[in-house]
Amino acid sequence: MSEGAADLGRRLASGDRSAAPAALNVIEDRSPRGRERARELLAVVSPASLGHEAPAHIVGLTGPPGAGKSSLLSALVREWRARGKTVAVLAVDPSSKRSGGSLLGDRARIDHDPKDDGILIRSTAAGGRLGGLAAATREAVQALAPAFDVVVVETVGVGQSETDVEEVSDTTVVVVQPGSGDTLQFIKAGIMEVPDLLVVTKADLGDVALRARRDLSAALRSLGSRDTKVLAVASLPPPEGVDELIDALEGHREATDIAARRLRARRLAALDEFTVEHGERALRALGGRRDAERWLRGQDEGLDVPGLVAALEQRAAGAS
Amino acid sequence: MRTYAGHSTAKESNALYRKNLEKGQTGLSIAFDLPTQTGYDPDHELSRGEVGKVGVSIAHKGDMHQLLDGIPLGEMNTSMTINATAAWLLALYMTVAEENDVDRGSLQGTTQNDIIKEFLSRGTYAFPPGPSMRLIADMIAFTVDEVPKWNPINICSYHLQEAGATPVQEIAYAMSTAQAVLDAARERVDEETFPRVFGRISFFVNAGIRFIEEHAKLRAMGQIWEQLGRERYGVTDSKLLRFRYGVQVNSLGLTEAQPENNVIRIVLEALAVTLGRNARARALQLPAWNEALGLPRPWDQQWSLRIQQILAYETDLLEYPDIFEGSHVMEGLVSELVEGARAEMAVVAEHGGAVEAVDYMKTQLVESHSERVAKIERGDLKVIGQNVFQSSEPSPLQEGEDGGILTVDPGVEQGQIEAVEKWRSSRDDDAVGKALDALSEAARDENTNIMEATLACARAGVTTGEWAARLRECFGEYRAPTGVGDAAVPAEDGSLDDLRDKVERVSESLGRRVKILVGKPGLDGHSNGAEQIAVRARDAGMDVVYEGIRLTPARIAATAVQEGVHVVGLSILSGSHRELIPEVVRELREAGADVPVVVGGIIPARDAQEMLEMGVARVYTPKDFEISRIMGDIVELVAERNGVATAA
Repeated sequence: MSEGAADLGRRLASGDRSAAPAALNVIEDRSPRGRERARELLAVVSPASLGHEAPAHIVGLTGPPGAGKSSLLSALVREWRARGKTVAVLAVDPSSKRSGGSLLGDRARIDHDPKDDGILIRSTAAGGRLGGLAAATREAVQALAPAFDVVVVETVGVGQSETDVEEVSDTTVVVVQPGSGDTLQFIKAGIMEVPDLLVVTKADLGDVALRARRDLSAALRSLGSRDTKVLAVASLPPPEGVDELIDALEGHREATDIAARRLRARRLAALDEFTVEHGERALRALGGRRDAERWLRGQDEGLDVPGLVAALEQRAAGAS
Repeated sequence: MRTYAGHSTAKESNALYRKNLEKGQTGLSIAFDLPTQTGYDPDHELSRGEVGKVGVSIAHKGDMHQLLDGIPLGEMNTSMTINATAAWLLALYMTVAEENDVDRGSLQGTTQNDIIKEFLSRGTYAFPPGPSMRLIADMIAFTVDEVPKWNPINICSYHLQEAGATPVQEIAYAMSTAQAVLDAARERVDEETFPRVFGRISFFVNAGIRFIEEHAKLRAMGQIWEQLGRERYGVTDSKLLRFRYGVQVNSLGLTEAQPENNVIRIVLEALAVTLGRNARARALQLPAWNEALGLPRPWDQQWSLRIQQILAYETDLLEYPDIFEGSHVMEGLVSELVEGARAEMAVVAEHGGAVEAVDYMKTQLVESHSERVAKIERGDLKVIGQNVFQSSEPSPLQEGEDGGILTVDPGVEQGQIEAVEKWRSSRDDDAVGKALDALSEAARDENTNIMEATLACARAGVTTGEWAARLRECFGEYRAPTGVGDAAVPAEDGSLDDLRDKVERVSESLGRRVKILVGKPGLDGHSNGAEQIAVRARDAGMDVVYEGIRLTPARIAATAVQEGVHVVGLSILSGSHRELIPEVVRELREAGADVPVVVGGIIPARDAQEMLEMGVARVYTPKDFEISRIMGDIVELVAERNGVATAA
């Protein structure tokens, strides 16, 4: 137990990427002492302490198993590095509910130079929280965002997790392979939020991919979503469409009010954490979810998630 | 009759071959080192510790000339255990023949060339599945007319059994692979030629200790093969429909404990493939009794050759027609296996055939192997000397100065590195560049057969690494599925409860779940051990980072740091532990990872001691067959290093 947690935070805030692994160890530590250290660390990298939103572009990448996320990510990482951007990837895997253990193997498919300190890949188990991103992921993103140009949160999309990805990212990308109608059905049924970008992989399949792309575009239009771009990408050599995807990601970020999006995400995160901690009953004491959200919108914009949770707790205590 | 041989340099292997031919061996079986098998030159980063280790290093036609010096190629039957780079090694072999004025039409032999089993078991692949199948089809189409006595591919069910396949799985996956190869080849040759292509497909099969069932397996394979030929491919000539196979008997069941017992196992396994004439192997290779200890010495290999000679010349084994004809028991056993295999082949076909089903098959194999390992641990599967009858008198066989195994001179690697550098500086660069550019062009055009451009490269003096690098550029890099991610969690029988409690307690004290990195450094592709450790660690409740095979020490160190693991487990079976393990430990320290390292593999006692002194925390060898005990040990190690208690 060497370095102080706040020191790690300060190093990250000043762009020292080598502090990242140790910082993530602290954030993953769920013991009371670990939580205390994590709070110290996160306080240093909060927007209020930094004086601005962290500059990283936070990209959420999700999709069903087998859609080709890893190959796509591998191609993206290569292209980002070629453009001189540093990249952190947080790969969130589902855990085995029975044993609590998990196999984290996705990083294997991201091809990279091990001596390149501009890339960090960290895999975490979702910690048994069904469908949800671990709270730790949210904090990990916050810790990495000051030190990396791009932070990717990659997760297997099974229902709820897409929504969670959306809550932590500036831009959400859903990856599907041609011929998979499920995603379309999920979006239509409202189970899944409409992503900022839809990527059809395996474009080397030619017509099949093009048709899938056309169908998705048409479906999105019928839902009244004109802003969502649909792109086709082939990650295997010769790669196609990766350049365009990165341009589209950057285009989306430029067109988005990042500060507002992150502020909203922090408030929703606080509400989630409050509910996990105190239960639905406590939420009802606040007048229910919608009331609580409305109330949060009136709070100080500089508050970070722990601050917002504390405010909610105070209000709940006053209400009961 | 031959022994699988080759090590260090072309010159030394050449001397070994000449000696073996004198001893009565009737053909050559060339073992290549892992860099040659995976398409890297001796000076590549990944080659470190592997040059000349499990076979001979062949980097260019000069090496091949030296390897075959004085051996009459026109009369020789040469088997090459080469897969991903088979097209290249065949081209080198042909070039040497050509430059010695031997007609290519007279060349006889086999290139193993079964890439599916490399993805499933052996791990020496180089290119993605699609392009790999294309290379195979190109070779088949090329050899059928140009080198008509050559077996361009040897479908291997052997390695599937080594990876844990049941007899049914072994048959089904090998036959599905053959089907994928034939389907690909059919696109490349005309209709009249195709039956001859079918006739040139041979198999490389395993034989385990349950030798009656194993014999039935071979009869079953013969039946399925013939039916496949008639029904799917319309072959009618009964000579072309014959199921031709060679055998290497099982290594998986050979034990480190009381290794002398392995000789008995090998003899019984040899019976499995020779007993009945109707399903007798055409070529037989026997492993050495001390394989689980380290690299066999020439004497150990001689002992295995003698087993075959006694079976062939002293016993009456070869004097009778098929002794199982009319046996109801044998027939019943065979039809049971045929039925099971057909059902499993149908599942593979549903996945879209062997190429598309690699992930599925890999997961099935990992599960079967997990089951086997668990059975041995529980004592349900008895292994004499290992989990029963363990007490033994000291073995005089292992008392010699060499500890009963062969060690390769570490100077070989440096010598080969210098030699390849010298080779590169002494050739016509212009011709090399042109040949490589033509290779890229051929690779990018699916309708061009890769062989002519490959032969041109061989003649121009291109190196193994250069040839493969060009194709990697065109085809892409590939990492095979590990099969562990989807491996089923075993049924709850309470056997893991204590271990899980321990993991849970230590995780609680640490504040986060015990996290382990399971790594395979170097080119060794035998991943069964690592996979079993990874799956069990998950089942015990740990977070496991497993990245599959072929990792550089630098990459393992970087991963350990980035992932924040509590312990690193390394697995090596190729004998390169002495070079690679210290390297990983050094890289870890350099990267600032202060985590314990444990090592598992075929590691002689002397080397194990060295590693412990160097800072490795634990060394496990094949005699440590109780994986749960190893896991418990590792958890305690993590607890100790982090100053937390394991007790409740």
